[in-house]
Amino acid sequence: MSARMTALESLTRTTSLDQLQTPAKSGGCASSSCGSPSQPNDVNSAAWEKIKDHPCYSEEAHHYFARMHVAVAPACNIQCHYCNRKFDCANESRPGVVSEKLTPDQALRKVIAVANEVPQLSVLGIAGPGDACYDWRKTKATCERVAKEIPDIKLCISTNGLALAEHVDELAEMNVDHVTITINMIDPEIGAKIYPWIFHDHRRYTGIEAARILHKRQMLGLEMLTERGILTKINSVMIPGVNDEHLIEVNKWVKERGAFLHNVMPLISDPAHGTHYGLTGQRGPRAIELKALRNRLEGGAKLMRHCRQCRADAVGLLGEDRGQEFTLDQVPGEITYDASKRETYRDVVARERGDYITAKNDAIGMIKDAGSGGSLLVAVATKGGGRINEHFGHAKEFQVYEASAMGIKFVEHRKVEQYCLGGWGEETTLERVLAVLEGIDILLCAKIGDCPKHQLTEAGLRATDAFGYDYIETAISTLYAAEFGAEPLPTRA
Amino acid sequence: MSFRIIASQCTQCGACEFECPSGAIKFKGEAYVIDPDKCTECKGAFELQQCASVCPVPETCVPAEL
Ligand code: SF4
Ligand code: SF4
Ligand code: SF4
Repeated sequence: MSARMTALESLTRTTSLDQLQTPAKSGGCASSSCGSPSQPNDVNSAAWEKIKDHPCYSEEAHHYFARMHVAVAPACNIQCHYCNRKFDCANESRPGVVSEKLTPDQALRKVIAVANEVPQLSVLGIAGPGDACYDWRKTKATCERVAKEIPDIKLCISTNGLALAEHVDELAEMNVDHVTITINMIDPEIGAKIYPWIFHDHRRYTGIEAARILHKRQMLGLEMLTERGILTKINSVMIPGVNDEHLIEVNKWVKERGAFLHNVMPLISDPAHGTHYGLTGQRGPRAIELKALRNRLEGGAKLMRHCRQCRADAVGLLGEDRGQEFTLDQVPGEITYDASKRETYRDVVARERGDYITAKNDAIGMIKDAGSGGSLLVAVATKGGGRINEHFGHAKEFQVYEASAMGIKFVEHRKVEQYCLGGWGEETTLERVLAVLEGIDILLCAKIGDCPKHQLTEAGLRATDAFGYDYIETAISTLYAAEFGAEPLPTRA
Repeated sequence: MSFRIIASQCTQCGACEFECPSGAIKFKGEAYVIDPDKCTECKGAFELQQCASVCPVPETCVPAEL
């Protein structure tokens, strides 16, 4: 298996086409995956075609594909209590934050530069820092220019929904297949606590009247997108004491109107960000509160659990942000698109992921068949490809999976400060990592030093690199079998 | 009479520029500025000044004599 791993990894590193292809060929087809099912069990084929390369719409795709956002739409028609529009910062990572705003032409250059360098790139998103539908001329110009140069890139926009309905037809014409609407309420009384004002029809509305208009426009926009077969993701910000319970109702409403995914995100309200909520002491939810709410929503509109709440100018795989490598001053004034890296990468992924999905389905089937009542919470250090392929000390986040009678499910990711920067770990950092890993039974990584391993063991957390470079689900099923006395899967490949 | 923009507060979002019915707002250097010769205070077009109504920062698009 590690030979094939090299194939995928080297694709994202090397530069010449020859180098890319040699390891790719040697990967071969080691398992039953040729021509076999290449889609997860829980989505239908038409939707799978649309989401299979979209890292946000498909948890499975996020192991392989990357998105980039271009900050071309800074104007907004709403004020939200969790947003401070005066805030620009290079080091912060959260929605709405950017370090440079771009014109559509600058955006095009940047997209080409990234497409040439980052073979995983599959999606271009426009997510503010304002509203993509309100700042429409720039959004449209950017989408059109990029689609002309890179026809296979997926276009994706984020909006608060207020100005969405008037652009739905153009979105459909432009082949925008994915639209995210932030919907935090369906009850205007609650909306009035989140939105101080909106700008609509050439005037400012406040209070309940504002929230009522916003609600109507959001529902209309969502219904229109559903009618046209455009996939929608609903983002909701969980604000404890304001809309936390209410989101259960929101989930029902958006499901009825055809929303494809519901992404419930925690409020970020650090006072240093200067938002209304930050300054008035409104707290964000604790991780367990978020998890509990998500569990209660299970069975409604399908949930997204792997969102990273990215910056409005993020670049790369979801768990990483390479935005700082592609600031405008690093992008050449004249640049032409070179499709070779992306194409080669896609070929290899097509083969590799078929193998992964088969392995994953086998592993999940095994656990379900085992019929044991036990459950395990497993943290995984990974940098993509569905494999345990990140060193403990290099991990910036751990992906958390739950193995139970229901199978193996991705439940969340947990961010950590890197334990080891340049080989030296600090004691206090390890303590913080331990705090982040609270409740985890087993940690899987590609490599871990004896010292941190020992300290983790002392803290009651088993960490192992015995499954380094294996598929995540395969490793988890083996552990599960050992733990609860089930029959492990026969060794593959 | 005209409106003006307090440059130090402007977030450069540009919303006022495309809402202005008189084409009076342009981006110059660090911020958006209002050309006093073109600004009509939106009289005859809208009940309230568009730049002030859309601007996310309070007290940023204000009457020029302030
Ligand atoms: S914020 Fe969430 S949905 Fe948006 S790009 Fe990041 S992970 Fe995807
Ligand atoms: S007051 Fe009206 S006309 Fe004057 S700059 Fe503002 S929007 Fe334009
Ligand atoms: S709307 Fe306000 S913040 Fe935005 S550009 Fe105009 S003056 Fe600046």
